[in-house]
Amino acid sequence: MTAKAEGARRGFRESIEGLPPRSIAPTKTARVLTNVLLGFVALYFLLPIAWMVIASSKSNHDLVTTPGFAFADLNWGLNWASLMQWTGDLFPRWVLNSLFYSTTAAVVGTLISVACGYALAKFAFPGRKMLLGTIMTGLLMPVALLTIPLYMMFHGMGLVDTVWAILIPSMVSPFGVFLGNVYATSSVPTELLEAARIDGAGEFRIFFTMVLRLLAPAMVTIFLFIFVATWNNFLLPLMMISKPELKPVTLGLYGMMSYFSPDKGAVILGALLGVVPLVILFLVLQRFWQSGLAAGAVKG
Amino acid sequence: MAGKKRTSRQARHQAVTGWAFALPFFLLFIVVFMAPIAVSVYKAFYKLQAGGGLYGGGEPTNQFVGFQNFVDAASNPGFWTGMLHVIAFGAFQIPIMILGALALALLLDSFLIRRPGPWRLLFFLPYAVPGLIAAIMWGYMYIPEISPFAGNLPQLDGHPFFLAPSTILFSMANMTTWTFMGYNMLIFLAALQSIPHDLYEAARIDGATGWQITTKIKIPMVRGAALLAVLLSIIGTIQLFNEPTVLRSIATWIPADYTPMTLTYDTLYQLSGGHGPASATSILMALIAGVLAVVYFLAQRKVD
Repeated sequence: MTAKAEGARRGFRESIEGLPPRSIAPTKTARVLTNVLLGFVALYFLLPIAWMVIASSKSNHDLVTTPGFAFADLNWGLNWASLMQWTGDLFPRWVLNSLFYSTTAAVVGTLISVACGYALAKFAFPGRKMLLGTIMTGLLMPVALLTIPLYMMFHGMGLVDTVWAILIPSMVSPFGVFLGNVYATSSVPTELLEAARIDGAGEFRIFFTMVLRLLAPAMVTIFLFIFVATWNNFLLPLMMISKPELKPVTLGLYGMMSYFSPDKGAVILGALLGVVPLVILFLVLQRFWQSGLAAGAVKG
Repeated sequence: MAGKKRTSRQARHQAVTGWAFALPFFLLFIVVFMAPIAVSVYKAFYKLQAGGGLYGGGEPTNQFVGFQNFVDAASNPGFWTGMLHVIAFGAFQIPIMILGALALALLLDSFLIRRPGPWRLLFFLPYAVPGLIAAIMWGYMYIPEISPFAGNLPQLDGHPFFLAPSTILFSMANMTTWTFMGYNMLIFLAALQSIPHDLYEAARIDGATGWQITTKIKIPMVRGAALLAVLLSIIGTIQLFNEPTVLRSIATWIPADYTPMTLTYDTLYQLSGGHGPASATSILMALIAGVLAVVYFLAQRKVD
């Protein structure tokens, strides 16, 4: 866009919006070919989801006998009934559990991450370097490997098979602190903090009324990040949770598909319904992901 | 004197407030990251052994066995074949995913595409699908009877085409690539967008073509992001768990120790030796992951 303004100012021929001056712009053929290529790539990413939508409407018989990408009789009602029967009416509960785990972990996790990131960015306290180094190491830690000793610990503390076994590990996000630190360094002016202190505001008041507002974009990103990570986690609930009524949707679906041989259409319907809340959240808040990842990548 | 006193009071204020804000996270970090490491190192030296009583019977007790659990873990051939599986997996999955993500990001960042927004969203969408659900979805699509594409493919050694011993790693790699390529593309895009555009202007004035700008400016400038993406992928690959776990319920020939992570999980649940053997296995895995990451990091630095 700036290239166009440049071109016009220097008196070049009018160029196409969003493209550099004609002399160095790619040809139309090249652009069409690129779009066609990306179209094929998009098919790879989208067709499986489309298949899941179609397959979720089919009975076991139709799944085998009808073409994969064509609708047959719409059996959503029957598949739902079958899903409820196989899960002992617990399926909606599992989705709600996932919502509860993800939301709680994300709210608390965001708050403590941002507070820690802010402390690292704006206060000179002893052990600051050590803390920063430890958290950066945590960023590269193979987290799944920690789940096994965590299970042993929680087993000893009697936390296995309680909501805490999911909530506590999910709240801790070194990536959140990293992002909070990057944001607080760049977008919380130290002069502003000084001014508030001179006016007599306490540190906690400054944090809750000013800093959190300045860090809002980072907080949305961290919230989404923890939310998605919690929703997607499978190993942690697999190890920690065995009570059916505490299972999140991923664990519930796995149990359903592996221990019995239920209607495949019903499993696929369950899988689809386990994805929908996340996809909605993703589409609505997509631009926040962008900016958040940008901050991370620049630093990386 | 007075000045010094004020500075120290300010320093104390900074220290107290700083720690107050950092503490909630730090305490939880200790519980979730540091304590488990300590616990597993401690437990790795113990094993549940029967025969504590005078007459050989009695309750099994945890006994100190030194490095026995590590020796057992390292001399278990299943561990090393599992390790070979994940290394083979990573050796082709990581380059394909990272190079694919980089190529997509470069195309979306170039003048060949006028509106990158919708494409970016489409490619990123699979990341919203939990890995386990993606594995169930692809797993069903690998079953010839219900698959929309695998129906007419030949059997391999008596197994369905995508579920045979010779192809299963590719089938798993496809699942991971499908989920994470868009995510990595977004990281590259973010890195590309942070390159100052004056560089491109300057290069153009010097007569550089779009291709030269891509290969000589853009790719070198996103090397840091690529390094991080590859390191995270290596660490993720070592922990490969969801895909083999789900595929085992479809292709029952897959053994419980197909990857080191499924082996560790299985060891824990056999409980024959208490928590020690599983701890030793996971420490061994963490060490190998660390070594691989460092080797890659050093190799990359040497190339640069």
